[in-house]
Amino acid sequence: MIAETPAQAAAAATEAILADFTGGAHRGVIVDSPPGAGKTTLVVTAATTLADSGERLMIVAQTNEQVDDLADKLASKAPALTIGRLHSDGFSVPARVTRHPGVTASNKIEHVEACTVVIATADKWAYVTGRTWTWAIVDEAYQMRSDKLLAIAALFDRALFVGDPGQLDPFSVVDTERWAGLAWDPMQSAVAVIARLNNLPVHRLPVSWRLPASAAPLVSEAFYPFASFRSGTAAADRELRLTTAGFPVPWDRTLNEAAASGWALHELPSRHTIRTDAEAVQACAGLATRLLQRGAVAHDENGSHDVSPDRIAIGCAHNDQVAAIRAAGIPAGVTVDTANRLQGREYDVTIVLHPLSGRRDATAFHLESGRLCVLTSRHRHACIVVARAGIAELLDNHPSTGRVQLNVPVKFPDGWEANHAVLAHLSRHRIEA
Amino acid sequence: MSIMSSYARALAAQEGRAQPVATVRHVHLSAAPMVFIPLRLAGEAAAPLAAMVGTDPENPRLLVVPQPRNRDLRFAFMAELADVMLPYIEGFAEVVETVEAKTPYERYADAPQILVPSRGGVAFTKLLGRSTRFRRADGPYPVHPTVPVLGQWLTFFADRAEYAGSSALVAMTDALALHFATGQSPMEDANLATQLAWISPPDGQSGAKAALAAEDPLISPPAGPDTHPDFDGQVLEHAIRAYETSGSEAQVREALRSQLTPTWSLMWHAVRLLRGLPEAATVDVRWVRDREQFTRETARLAEGGSPRGRVDSAVRAAIRLADLESVVQTYEAQRAFDDPLVMIEHRVAGKAFTGEVVGVDAARRIVPAGKTRPAPRPLVTIRTSDPVRLSPGRKLFSSRNRKQRTEVVGIDGDLVVLQINDQMGRGASPAPGSLPEVGDVVCYAELDPGGGQRPRLPAGEDTPWTHGGPPTPYTPTDEDAEEAWS
Amino acid sequence: MNRLDTLRGPVAPLDHNARTIAALAVNPGCDRRALLDAAGVDKQKTAAYVGHPAPFGQSPFAITRAASFDALVKANGCAHLLRLLRETLGLSISEAAYADISDVGGNDSHQMRHTRTRALLKRAAAGGDGSCTLFDHPLLKLTVAGHEVYLEPSIIAFQIEGRFHVVEIKSFAVVDDQADAGQVAAAARQSAVYVHALRELFAAEGLDPERVSHDVVLVCPKDFANHPTATLLDVRQQLAALRRQLSRLTRIDRILEELPADFTFDLETQSPDEVGKAVGSVGARFAPECLSSCEMALFCRAEARGDGSTDLLGRTARDALGGLESIPAVLGLADESRPPSPEQLEIAEQLRYVRRLYTEAIA
Repeated sequence: MIAETPAQAAAAATEAILADFTGGAHRGVIVDSPPGAGKTTLVVTAATTLADSGERLMIVAQTNEQVDDLADKLASKAPALTIGRLHSDGFSVPARVTRHPGVTASNKIEHVEACTVVIATADKWAYVTGRTWTWAIVDEAYQMRSDKLLAIAALFDRALFVGDPGQLDPFSVVDTERWAGLAWDPMQSAVAVIARLNNLPVHRLPVSWRLPASAAPLVSEAFYPFASFRSGTAAADRELRLTTAGFPVPWDRTLNEAAASGWALHELPSRHTIRTDAEAVQACAGLATRLLQRGAVAHDENGSHDVSPDRIAIGCAHNDQVAAIRAAGIPAGVTVDTANRLQGREYDVTIVLHPLSGRRDATAFHLESGRLCVLTSRHRHACIVVARAGIAELLDNHPSTGRVQLNVPVKFPDGWEANHAVLAHLSRHRIEA
Repeated sequence: MSIMSSYARALAAQEGRAQPVATVRHVHLSAAPMVFIPLRLAGEAAAPLAAMVGTDPENPRLLVVPQPRNRDLRFAFMAELADVMLPYIEGFAEVVETVEAKTPYERYADAPQILVPSRGGVAFTKLLGRSTRFRRADGPYPVHPTVPVLGQWLTFFADRAEYAGSSALVAMTDALALHFATGQSPMEDANLATQLAWISPPDGQSGAKAALAAEDPLISPPAGPDTHPDFDGQVLEHAIRAYETSGSEAQVREALRSQLTPTWSLMWHAVRLLRGLPEAATVDVRWVRDREQFTRETARLAEGGSPRGRVDSAVRAAIRLADLESVVQTYEAQRAFDDPLVMIEHRVAGKAFTGEVVGVDAARRIVPAGKTRPAPRPLVTIRTSDPVRLSPGRKLFSSRNRKQRTEVVGIDGDLVVLQINDQMGRGASPAPGSLPEVGDVVCYAELDPGGGQRPRLPAGEDTPWTHGGPPTPYTPTDEDAEEAWS
Repeated sequence: MNRLDTLRGPVAPLDHNARTIAALAVNPGCDRRALLDAAGVDKQKTAAYVGHPAPFGQSPFAITRAASFDALVKANGCAHLLRLLRETLGLSISEAAYADISDVGGNDSHQMRHTRTRALLKRAAAGGDGSCTLFDHPLLKLTVAGHEVYLEPSIIAFQIEGRFHVVEIKSFAVVDDQADAGQVAAAARQSAVYVHALRELFAAEGLDPERVSHDVVLVCPKDFANHPTATLLDVRQQLAALRRQLSRLTRIDRILEELPADFTFDLETQSPDEVGKAVGSVGARFAPECLSSCEMALFCRAEARGDGSTDLLGRTARDALGGLESIPAVLGLADESRPPSPEQLEIAEQLRYVRRLYTEAIA
């Protein structure tokens, strides 16, 4: 038997998904898509396939940014499609979307409903009435709370639910266990609810085109224990080169390690700190600055390019950390954001302030595997983690006293296990600051 | 927990006395609240054992179940409880006021308020409601007609308690924790006796020492719903046996009175403490909601409304979640705008700031996004020493006009520039008084007292396939009415 | 004599049960608890001896209730249990055998009962036919910190279609399919101990440990009745937590190394003060949560109070205070009466700011 290439495996998966979706045997199809697994390509293929057979389609995403990204990519890859970008009153659609001649943007459904594809956020779709579509694609469905789906599900007959199961669960400011265990608990993700109440086929995209060969096995093992995937590229396909040599100082050594291996743990001395630990914040900002100063060049399957500020992101757990890093002085154009906001985004190099750095006690928030998964799976070339020493001990001392509700499916992976797996891997790339 | 409340706890530990974390009272306190201290039999889900209940501190009603395993005695207890509670609750359904609105409507001028010692009391109230609301006065296991009515009301109160800022059913330890930081942990604050020991220790005694003494179950028996295991083994067991042999409740009553009386005094002590604080500005706004819900429930029951089902349907759950979220957001904002001490938490977190207005560009007009014509969008510059962590575009509100939408334009050192978006009148330039003026001290925060919008959700009968399709609507069954309670 | 025996003194070690082993995971960072448990010291007695008796006990009503519910479920050859397995879990059980291992021909020694448990389970596993066998009171063994301990047998194990399940009977109620999350979590942790021990036994017998299911059958009273209901409980996460706690118990040796050779917690030969000193010389990691789970908690809290430790204020408070250890340090940095060390500069700045705003607001 000849081993399947990643491209063949991905194509076979896409074909099977479309066959199930358009085959008519099920009202819904769920697609688990690990980081950078070509979700957009799947959405575009599905849209064009349906359009080719004269069908109309509605697409649901969760944020305006996601909608705009999708509209832009869809219009770029299928310029012949007519695309309606439905938005809320007072929202200005960015030029990257409106530049496409096939796109009509409007805040009124009447203006765009004739388009082959109509795309909007779930919140906007909730205000559309009196119309239905045969086909729908719900993107980032694991990020969507099930009550949002409830508000729009009457608009379509059949739907493809695409999303990344390893990322952060939807969130509520309300802390209630009133509905725990109910199949339709509104605080669950849309996918959790449809999967529990309907017998739907679940597919999986098997290849990550984003994550390099150095990252895919770790991310797959740590965060997707029951849905493994592989990298679409080989180790030799990606290279991150620093054009200047640097000095034998920690920041440069960390960058060297990251460039050479795809990972680096920039480890600060063990200490309990406040959340906006100045040294760690300084390290995040400083590493980004140094990376640009040293002129990083990324080489991948599409050629070579300079790693510009917009290809670098700094990720952390809390908003105050984001603010502190911004205040510490970062090169213009470098993204700094929380894990929640980095979901679905992609960069060449990411710098991560470890959620457990400097903490004395791990909380469920800090341990949540989805948070670490988002932070460590945004990069095409390298991921640098900044952390205080002592996280392994912190994890070992973590009490396991969590609450357990009956009939609530157990969530995998456990944050503790995932954190340890990542830490064990990072320890091989440790640079002491 | 924020660094502010943690600091206050540290200070309390050092000073030997609880420290304030609020300058005003954020809960409504009725002129005559009903204090309700229920106890249950250990090891049972919802077997009532006793309750001390009433509106007069000097005159508590003690209700007991002399043999808690006897189902008839439990229902007799619930009927007795209904005798005390229903007249209290229904007594508020008399005086109405008319609300001027597009369609004027009526609501009761006041509403019942029930105070329990802790969250355990709220949870037990919910269980008592659950175990009695489906009962019927006829059929194979008839109960007194007031029992299912009480069950419906207890369910109503327990449901209200989930809404942030509702004062219909209040856990006293939560109410106190809103206003005082003790020198112990939040977990230990769930014990009313120790929490109060920190808040008002006896003269000359430190809070720590008083709290330690208050942990002695002989001095401060548990505030329920669970009794102390030693009491169960050394006192209650014998008393129940005495009832079984003699038929006299006296021993059980005295035993339980000894367990309940100390908590009864603590509850009223706490009421007096909270009364000593001036009421916050928006307490009444929230109490109006409680009154309106009480009005609606009264009407629903008067029309023979059937008991709430066991679980929420998909649509009901989604609506409720949206309401809960909206209420939390409003409550957080109201509390902060009502109370500078609460606002500190947000200022320290960089989500709010206080400062002096140093510049106002009232004449500024721009074409807002999505619009075609220019509109007034004045800029206000504020100097602050707070560590502001807000990025351009963030939506802010202020204590000076809680409805006015503003957004951050930029931050430069200690200067914050805000753009005012509405509430400036209909004229071409902002109406007088609609903008802050140079020299004003203002506080802006990323807190929206307006609450969220309830999403458009399908009717229950239109529940889509994704959520299991239309559910069978709940109709009370004979089986529900006869559910075992053993 | 073994080092741990010296620590305990001349009394029999306390038997482990699933609850005590599950408790290892509740505060794994606490050396004091780890050492006392490893040595089989009676913490309840020790706590009382040093003047800080444990703040909890069990009501006779709860004990009676638990026993009567247990008896109800097991009555008539586990008739209720079999019905639940059929109805609630959809198992097709035609007939069932019942084997009680609580005493072996009048001989109830641990060793005998364990041998019998092994033999019975092994035979059942080898048979693996369609029949269902219930094993009541199986006596399992587990290696804890290098010591073999027997587990008090409060469960039923059963085999169906070659797979073994653990049945845990608990007397807390399941009302409208929900139960107290803390109690369910505790039940899950305890069940995981049995699943783990069963798997160890299988492995030792050369059987596939995966034949022991990670889905535990939890039997509880339904709603307000005395009528049982069953729910499947997936204990994979608790199993993982247990495995790592057991694998890390080797650190007992490290703790022991730092203690003098004649060090002991012996209550017979030492005064309360001496025992207190001995206990106090092993590092603890107190958190208010200990108050509901550890017999020594009041001793540790008093100690923390003596030190003015921020642990008293709760885990989140301590974290919010940047991990500062003492309350006087927090307040000293805030009012500037204490100069910050270089590591404390940031938290000191925040505290000064908080203090300024706080003082202004309450003035």
